[in-house]
Amino acid sequence: MMFLANPVRFLRLADTLLPWFRWGALLALALGLYFGLFASPPDYQQGDTVRIMYVHVPAATMGEGVFVFMAIASIVALVWKHPLADLAAKAAAPIGAGFTALALVTGSLWGEPMWGTWWVWDARLTSVLVQFFLYLGYMALWQAFEDPAKAAKASSILAIVGVINVPIIKFSVDWWNTLHQPSSIFRSGGPSIDASMLVPFFIMMIAYALYFGWIFLWRLKAEVLARRVQTRRLRMMEA
Amino acid sequence: MSLVLTLIKRDLVLALRHGGSAWLPLGFFVIVSTVFGFSIGPDTALLGRLAPGLIWVAALLAVLISLDRMFQGDFEDGTLDLLRLSPMPLGNVVMAKIAAHWLSTGLPLIVATPLLALELSLPAHAFPILFLSLIIGTPSFSLIGAIGAALTVSLRRGGLIIPLLILPLYIPILIFGVSAVDAVLAGMSPWPHIKLLGATFLMAAVLGPVAGTAALKMAAD
Amino acid sequence: MAAFLAMGGYAAYVWPAYAITFIVLLGLGWTAYRAVKRQESALERLDAKVEEGRE
Repeated sequence: MMFLANPVRFLRLADTLLPWFRWGALLALALGLYFGLFASPPDYQQGDTVRIMYVHVPAATMGEGVFVFMAIASIVALVWKHPLADLAAKAAAPIGAGFTALALVTGSLWGEPMWGTWWVWDARLTSVLVQFFLYLGYMALWQAFEDPAKAAKASSILAIVGVINVPIIKFSVDWWNTLHQPSSIFRSGGPSIDASMLVPFFIMMIAYALYFGWIFLWRLKAEVLARRVQTRRLRMMEA
Repeated sequence: MSLVLTLIKRDLVLALRHGGSAWLPLGFFVIVSTVFGFSIGPDTALLGRLAPGLIWVAALLAVLISLDRMFQGDFEDGTLDLLRLSPMPLGNVVMAKIAAHWLSTGLPLIVATPLLALELSLPAHAFPILFLSLIIGTPSFSLIGAIGAALTVSLRRGGLIIPLLILPLYIPILIFGVSAVDAVLAGMSPWPHIKLLGATFLMAAVLGPVAGTAALKMAAD
Repeated sequence: MAAFLAMGGYAAYVWPAYAITFIVLLGLGWTAYRAVKRQESALERLDAKVEEGRE
């Protein structure tokens, strides 16, 4: 990991990896859309609204996963003082926030026909909304400080504190019997969903993960370059 | 330990001496609850059912507006640096400040609660649980609030960003607290919710001082 | 084709869900791309200034 601490090395690695993530994501998204919208059946109970699951669940999973990634990167930044770790968390945050917002919106669009309501204050919806606000607070904290080093440390602490929310989201549907349905895929007995629906589901999960990789590498590249611009400007002022 | 107590006493004296600003959260709590009462109107049955949520929200907001004062005064005049250099661990300083904050903010709110519960027509049999929920909940607010206060202590307008950072973390406390009182109103047991409230208090008791200390150390560098 | 677009009567929910997904993902990608380009052009300008300074 310290191997990547050198920005030049990181940029070179990023440029090598980017095409893989880019084309992988586009291919997976295309396949996922094909299977999700065309080559899979409607659910016998939910009809065609089950197709919303293929965009809703991957968004929700990625929203949580990116927060965990941010928290781990923040720990690496604070404890090992890795020079790129805080930038990695910063780069990931807007993407995670976007995924979380998508989860909330597509969830509402699924909830209205299925449950008869756009919103309900059940444990999972509330904690996902909390996660969205935590993302916003994290991004606001980066902007609030003039000194980027201070901003990095403050945001790292917030990310580590906020990650506690993620297991609450995960287990909320098991601990509280409210509206949102319990896990039907990632459970100990194996998935309870038909294979014809698992195919688009897993393809979309992979697609979202690859898409995250692509956009994340772009953003991190931008952050690393921005730092380089800053140092160069400072050096020019001193000269 | 006596150093911690001295620090708490000092903070309380300072808070009282500042007169207006120390009473602000309490005044805010009373006014907000009253305004809620006005806006909902004379339907006492409805008001009584909403009262737990309204009182809890008023308490939460009152604590929220007082958080930026937790560390900022001492940060600005250099006292915080002196405390850092003293043999007392910074963690103890943070815990002392949290304790002082609750004593000057949370405790007065709890004392004022019966008045507001009457004002908002809360049925009498729910009073004890409302009390208990606030007694556990308001210290949790001070503990978690310390994180936001410490993270933003060096910012000039840090007070504005504290709610954005802290409200997401307050929401579980709010939910459990209100649910406990609602349970009593519905004739069910409040104890599962009280236990969850207790659990969040324990987590806050660990998280607050630890994260708050880390944030203060970073701010002072 | 019409049956496909109707999504079993749920068209008002399914299509907006996919549309907003597309929009948000596109938006994330676009802003990331712009960010990289902005920094790259800033670096080019700074490098040009350094070159001018040397001459």
